[in-house]
Amino acid sequence: MRKLLLTTALTAVLAVPLLAPPPAHAAPNEQYVPLPTYRVGPYASSGTLWWAGELDYFRYINEAEGGVDGVKLKVEEFETEWSPDRTVEVYERVKNGKDGSPLAFFFTHGTPATYALIEKAAADHIPLIDPAGGRTESTDGTVFPYSFPLLFNYFSQASVGINFIAQKEGGFDKLKGKKIVTVYHDSAYGRETQAAIALLAQKYGFQNIQIPVADPGSEQSSQWRQVHELKPDWVFLRTWGVSTPVALKTAARFGFPADHIIGDVWAGSEADVIPAGAAAKGYQALAPYPGGATFAIHDRLRKAIIDKGESNLQDTKFFGAVYYNIGLINAALAVEALRVGHAKFGNRPLNGEEGRWAFEHLQIDNARLEKIGFKGLLQTIDVTETDHEGGGAARFQQWDGTKWNLITDWIQADHATLEPLIKAKSEAYAKAHGITPRNPAMQD
Amino acid sequence: MSATNTLPATQAVVLTGTGLPWRLPLLLAVLFVVIPSLAGEYWLGVILVPWLVLSLAGLGLNLLTGYAGQISLGSGGLMAVGAFGTFLLMLHVPGLPLPAALLPAGLITAAVGFICGIPSDRIKGFYLMVSSLAAQFFLEWLFLRFPWFYNYGGGATISLPSLTILGIDFGSARGRYYLVLTIVVALTWIAANLLRGHVGRNWTAIRDMDTAAAVVGIPVNRYKRLAFAVSAFYLGIAGALWAFAYLGSASVQSFNITRSFQILFIIIIGGMGSLGGSFIGAAFISLLPLGLDTLSQSLFAGHVDAGLLQNIEKVIFGVLIAVFVIKEPDGIARLAALFRARAAIWPLRL
Repeated sequence: MRKLLLTTALTAVLAVPLLAPPPAHAAPNEQYVPLPTYRVGPYASSGTLWWAGELDYFRYINEAEGGVDGVKLKVEEFETEWSPDRTVEVYERVKNGKDGSPLAFFFTHGTPATYALIEKAAADHIPLIDPAGGRTESTDGTVFPYSFPLLFNYFSQASVGINFIAQKEGGFDKLKGKKIVTVYHDSAYGRETQAAIALLAQKYGFQNIQIPVADPGSEQSSQWRQVHELKPDWVFLRTWGVSTPVALKTAARFGFPADHIIGDVWAGSEADVIPAGAAAKGYQALAPYPGGATFAIHDRLRKAIIDKGESNLQDTKFFGAVYYNIGLINAALAVEALRVGHAKFGNRPLNGEEGRWAFEHLQIDNARLEKIGFKGLLQTIDVTETDHEGGGAARFQQWDGTKWNLITDWIQADHATLEPLIKAKSEAYAKAHGITPRNPAMQD
Repeated sequence: MSATNTLPATQAVVLTGTGLPWRLPLLLAVLFVVIPSLAGEYWLGVILVPWLVLSLAGLGLNLLTGYAGQISLGSGGLMAVGAFGTFLLMLHVPGLPLPAALLPAGLITAAVGFICGIPSDRIKGFYLMVSSLAAQFFLEWLFLRFPWFYNYGGGATISLPSLTILGIDFGSARGRYYLVLTIVVALTWIAANLLRGHVGRNWTAIRDMDTAAAVVGIPVNRYKRLAFAVSAFYLGIAGALWAFAYLGSASVQSFNITRSFQILFIIIIGGMGSLGGSFIGAAFISLLPLGLDTLSQSLFAGHVDAGLLQNIEKVIFGVLIAVFVIKEPDGIARLAALFRARAAIWPLRL
């Protein structure tokens, strides 16, 4: 009998929340913003700061500015553990909006999740936003109207890395004959830049050597012995998670200088260098999301959120960490896009199609950056129907043993060289999926 | 592992069991008519479809572990074989509809499963589990290492253009539900019959005592490998359905070691050696976290730190699993069987 009771109680626990209709307190002027997050699992340590940045900025907009043009943001979090499968589930759960508010956009917070959702979102007309990630060829908005690898796609990451090396060497002509090794996390993320680097190697005549590190990459002696034997001029480090500090430490053991290692976007946060200790000193990394709490927006947040104890950060010493700033920038991109949408459609919650229009017309110039307090933290943005990236630049930062210091201004990717490659990939996709590319001239 | 199982194989066959003759048509009517007419798109597409697919995967592993007594942690890898196999078949054979691609993909997976089963000739128990673990990691590595498997696409992800079968679009939640349900019902029916025939009885004999089985003349190694192949066939089809009928696209990440454990938990919680147990276990594994999440979101969201809340949910889920396994080591299917037996003689006590 006890067993029966237990079963019944459990069934009830299961069934009640699933069956219960959503609470009916519809607020008329709220934009629903669901966030798939990961506070549990292997990537929780980076994720937690990232969500804090996003949530703090949304809170700041709601409380200090009274919402986006008066439309408050209703943010809700869903745990995914960085699993694309669970992100799909979250997407299905939220895609019809909540309390009368439709969905204007959906942050995927992970490249695999973007891949899993790309067709669904196109069918449902909901823009997928994945800044500094996503499917590279979805930069071509004529084939991928609802996917936005905003800010800095993977090809741009490769290109800016090479441009920086050229700058250090004293010009592109100096790249000829140089040896550039890419040590990469052997995953979809790690391989995504290969085509771009191969093309650039052809163009500039440098030697392109790719060395994979199997997940999770906690032992890399053989890779760095190989690097040691090759004696490359530069190493482009495209690792993720634990493989970054291990790479830096192993490189030091084999005597490879840290200041000749260029880290990728996702290998350039505090969590990547602090565990490596002294071995990381001098290490440089791509920074589309610079670290530091010295930008204007940080002063505003300190006053409105942090000092009031309302921050989502558990420990405010991480205020201004790279991952926190990633959150801030992503949230700001969404807020700015909503403003663009409001200007056209009125100050009300937007739906997916309006959200797409808004992101496709998102422009953030220097004056605007100054106004929202992101000058120096965020590059100028100009998204169009044919360019869903809208940015493609990064600064570089160098680790001095205690903090990241910005060492360059924004360096632009070589879009002219990479565009044909992106176009070829998106055309292949359009062909395989029977999509007729939109003609941007015919649109509004 | 084998000694814990006390359910006779025949009792487990719920669908075509010895119950009243109206039970099966009623169940099918509920699944095919009542549920689709009541449930919304969210329920069909996000709750019922993954539940059915996980049930099928659990059923596949149950054939191997619950009936033939061979432990495997390679389920995720075999699901990946099915998914990638289907993808490549549909890519290279234009015009091939999904159901037609599932069969050869299932057969390919069965062949891989057969190979994975060869070590079972010599080793048993935990050692066999380790060899299946090796298969899991090898398959994960294989599908990531060679871009041919994902057609040189970016992101090492596979996806199908659309779910159109004979000109009918099965892309909607309802279409996908019907597609998955039909396949799952058909395969469950086949499994039930297989288990009632000599194959199933030989498997059970091997599970209960392989020496005795050999003595009475059962070719033990052959039947073990057959169990691996048949189980892999089911897992392969489940993998393909997970990728193309539920997610829409997939990468190796969807079929990693966590998936293998999940499927093992399904049969441990649901009931080893019970077809119905696979369905119950899958419901427990896939629905309970969702239910917990929805419940805790509606009760505590905004008041408790989100990270803490997520971890507490995990703890509750783990505790529930532990409680179930302690209370009823033979799984929920056994609980249900006891309940049925009690109900049949009510108000007397068993």
